[in-house]
Amino acid sequence: MNTKEHVIEVTDLRRVYGGEFEAVRGVSFSVGRGELFALLGTNGAGKTSTVELLEGLAPPSGGQVRVLGHDPYTERAKVRPHIGVMLQEGGFSSELTVGETVRMWAGCTSGARPEREALALVGLSRRADVRVKQLSGGEKRRLDLACAILGRPEVLFLDEPTTGLDAEGRQETWELVRELRENGTTVVLTTHYLEEAEGLADRLAILHAGRIAVTGTPAEVTASQPSRISFELPVGYFPGDLPPLASLGITGHELEGRMLRLHTLELQRAATELLVWAQRAGVELRGLDIRSGSLEEAFLRIAREASQTSEMTAEKEQVA
Amino acid sequence: MSAETVTKAAPTGTTATAARRMTALARAELTLLGRSKATFFAALFVPLIMPFSLRTTVEDMDLEEAGLSVGSVILPSAVGFSLLFAVYSALVSVYAARREELVLKRLRTGELRDVEILAGAALPSVLIGLVQCVVLTIACAALLDVGAPQAPHLAILGLLLGLVMWPAIAAVVASFSRSLEGAQVAAMPLLLVSMMGSGTFIPFELMPDRLATICELLPLSPVITLIRGGWTGDLGGYEALGAIATAVAWLVLSVFAVQRWFRWEPRH
Repeated sequence: MNTKEHVIEVTDLRRVYGGEFEAVRGVSFSVGRGELFALLGTNGAGKTSTVELLEGLAPPSGGQVRVLGHDPYTERAKVRPHIGVMLQEGGFSSELTVGETVRMWAGCTSGARPEREALALVGLSRRADVRVKQLSGGEKRRLDLACAILGRPEVLFLDEPTTGLDAEGRQETWELVRELRENGTTVVLTTHYLEEAEGLADRLAILHAGRIAVTGTPAEVTASQPSRISFELPVGYFPGDLPPLASLGITGHELEGRMLRLHTLELQRAATELLVWAQRAGVELRGLDIRSGSLEEAFLRIAREASQTSEMTAEKEQVA
Repeated sequence: MSAETVTKAAPTGTTATAARRMTALARAELTLLGRSKATFFAALFVPLIMPFSLRTTVEDMDLEEAGLSVGSVILPSAVGFSLLFAVYSALVSVYAARREELVLKRLRTGELRDVEILAGAALPSVLIGLVQCVVLTIACAALLDVGAPQAPHLAILGLLLGLVMWPAIAAVVASFSRSLEGAQVAAMPLLLVSMMGSGTFIPFELMPDRLATICELLPLSPVITLIRGGWTGDLGGYEALGAIATAVAWLVLSVFAVQRWFRWEPRH
């Protein structure tokens, strides 16, 4: 059993609902020990469907999952004592108090932390006697997190851990997740907050329509995205009056009213050439905005491109 | 959120065994049962009141011809009501409510095995049912002069089969609903059929033969037959085996149905 390198290995994973809808369409990735891996994607991209297979809640329709060297579904008993799970949505009896809920989970978990410690970690110590139904959305997420980390898991699955939290709660959760990670916990996290993935993840994958569209470290993914230069075309000028765009390293451009948007993978060269040209021509580039590629842009582009592709496929299918 | 303690290693907790896990779950369920007034009342008091409301009706029955006494009709019926209300109907609600609140799904992410989840959740209701049956038996013995059981092993076997079979049936029935209210409605048909047809209101001996033959196949019937036979002692070996076989068949069937159809999370 070689778990030193890859704690989680996913190969060509598929999940089909009701024999028709294919939510996960051939996803492969691996997560090393102590790594924090984020799955990003729009709603319906297949994040939760994928994570549920890693958690062993359902058998995959195709492909293979290995968590700590075992199949999380068929070898549930071997995997569960070493993992912690936070589902996307609660799953706690509304009539139990916070303390009773954690006590129940502690009784079901090997090597559980003392209840008070678990509640203190997520900042719910003073809410121990409150019924779950009286908690705010954010407090419920924290209770969920407290139960997920009760058993000091080696691998922690967090499905949208900060959804519904305010800015402060989100920061505190991030701090806790960072600390767990520093302590050697492997974390798989799904989120649709880009800054969450950017700030926490060692590596990430952007899912779209059940497939991984791009994967790598946040820096790699960002670097693969074109940077953007936009400005207002000076009065009397047309795009054709600019130096040939290709020679500036511009890979594409869009004109929206008077606003011209240029895309480039060589930001420094393109910006320099453009500014030198502007200086020589003695024109002012109003509203000039130069920005490097960002995760957000990568995310939006993938969503846009993929939806165009799927529309084209749909049209083709209609024609056929 | 002070995170200092995250770094503390050295697990202090104990290993969760199946018994410890189920006890933890059962304890939480017992707390919940105490907080759900309607379920608690239905489970605790209905089975205690029903048998005594039945008494006048039974006294008007033509029992002597069938070789029955008031006590030997009411005692098994009382156990039947307990199984139906304290165990079956209470557990249909429990399973459906926990499913709709996603509690079952969440529990399945932990170390509990599926059967432990279902058994742990059933434990408080089963214990209440068991205590009720004992109390009712003592009450019947004291008030209705039923005397000592002639074949206690049959009565005990009947009760045990009932206490294992009805939680499984409850789990199956709970799967055929989309909400807690729906589950309570879904529980009704079997509840009514069992009360009318399983010898609780009308003993098999007083039914037309053909009807009795069919009614004896209902899930509650073998339990009633075994308990009544255990008290009167006039259940033949062949009849006793038939009742045990019927009960075991229902048990196997419902366990199979749970494995096949039990829904752990709400429908999307």
